[in-house]
Amino acid sequence: MSSLIILLVIIVVVGFVVAGLYNGLVRKRISAENAWSQIDVQLKRRHDLIPNLVETVKGYAAHEKETLEAVIAARNAAVTAQDGGNMKELAGAENMLSGALRQIFALSEAYPQLQANENFGQLQEELTSTENKISFSRQHYNDSVQIYNTTVQTVPSNIIAGIFGFTAKEFFELDAAELEAARKGPQVSFS
Amino acid sequence: MATFETHIAHNRRISVALIAILSLFICLLSGVVALSLSESGIERTSAVFLQGAGWGAILTIFGAFVSFFFGGKLVAAICGGYRIKPHDDKALFHVVEEMSLAAGLPMPDIYIIHDETPNAFASGRNPEHALIAITTGLRKKLNREELQAVIAHEMAHIKNYDILTMMFVAVFAGVIVLISDFFLRSYMHSIHLKWNKKSGSRVLSFKKGFWYTVGTLVAALFLSWMAPLFALLLQLAVSRKREYLADATAVQLCRNPLALASALKKIALDPGALQCDNRATEAMFIVNPHPLRRMAHYRDESIWSTHPPVIQRIARLRALAHEYPQPETKLVELEEDNELEFVIEPPGPSQSPA
Repeated sequence: MSSLIILLVIIVVVGFVVAGLYNGLVRKRISAENAWSQIDVQLKRRHDLIPNLVETVKGYAAHEKETLEAVIAARNAAVTAQDGGNMKELAGAENMLSGALRQIFALSEAYPQLQANENFGQLQEELTSTENKISFSRQHYNDSVQIYNTTVQTVPSNIIAGIFGFTAKEFFELDAAELEAARKGPQVSFS
Repeated sequence: MATFETHIAHNRRISVALIAILSLFICLLSGVVALSLSESGIERTSAVFLQGAGWGAILTIFGAFVSFFFGGKLVAAICGGYRIKPHDDKALFHVVEEMSLAAGLPMPDIYIIHDETPNAFASGRNPEHALIAITTGLRKKLNREELQAVIAHEMAHIKNYDILTMMFVAVFAGVIVLISDFFLRSYMHSIHLKWNKKSGSRVLSFKKGFWYTVGTLVAALFLSWMAPLFALLLQLAVSRKREYLADATAVQLCRNPLALASALKKIALDPGALQCDNRATEAMFIVNPHPLRRMAHYRDESIWSTHPPVIQRIARLRALAHEYPQPETKLVELEEDNELEFVIEPPGPSQSPA
């Protein structure tokens, strides 16, 4: 009788532990997924702003055709990559797009009238902020993925992760240095 | 490895313990005060004590309730802040949006305080009901990166639930002061009556028995004198601790420790006095808004200060700069600044508003 009770107690305790670990995994996965959807929103926002930008710049600097076409091409490639859903391709395409945008803003400095255009000023602030938002939401996504992956790969939650099919997620990187930083995780001392 | 998540969880446990201790303390204090003020004698001790403790608890719950639901807006209103919309200041909204994305939190309300002294605070009960208030001086005197770092620090207070903890601790400390004050005034009043040979004394009547009266009186006097001090020191200690953590979390959000260091320096060395300054809200700001206390605690640690020394906060941020490499130029700029940092300029009389 008493051994039966002990067995029951053990089963209940193990059940609670398993449920706790499982819930923790789900929570962390959802937070990583939410973080990803934020990046998605910001990328879309940037893709939507670019045609406007190109139209505005065309009015003042029509003969910078090459740069403008490069931006359009980069933007279209990024849209395709976003629909495709391959994270590495998307990161590459977005990287190209950022470079092309930088070029536009660099050449705009040679056109004072373009600089003075109110619409262009607003677009520039919007795009700069969107660029920042992309990088901050990416940072948050990578932090969330790092927390999730650590949970998936460490004892004892890795056992639960194995049983219920939780697998490590990919980071969203733009270059090697960042990859290293994300792998390492934040090293901050408290006291 | 200690992650931010474990620190936040640890923080939350400390907050709960803190609030429990303060509540028990309030009940003890109000119980003892009730014993001393009550007309009944030794045979009803426990009933009177419990009654007093009950009133203390009701007062506390009322205060906690009000601050939980209206605290954030109340604090903003005390400082004369008003809420702004995205089209009032697009760049500011962008900066806050960027930090809320980095923290993975919803967008807080933004309040502006018309004051030339640069400062900022966050308030509210949780990330879904939070606000960040900044002064017009802060908006003018900081560049975009510094502004972002300050917003990151405030966002960190929201993420770590410091806003709720500090609000509760402030309210509880207020209740303690209220009860102590109430008792000390009653006591003074009864001495006054005795002096004028009038009757009506409650505290100093010995109907209850000499030793019982003296015993409860001494206990109540002791608690009334010590309690506000105890509450204040506790409040200050918690506030100091959380500032360091908020700085570290802010760096995790904006990845730019030097911008925060330079913002802290600008805010700390500004000679202005915040007009809405009062002791109850001082701990909530990023740097103490009172010019004299800000200067006094710029360099030295003290149990009386609301914040850790700015010098030390900057030193820690600079140590973090090696973890988050920034462009060369910026490092050089701050390195050159190094000597300036230890020069404390006294606030000039011409510059301070009054």
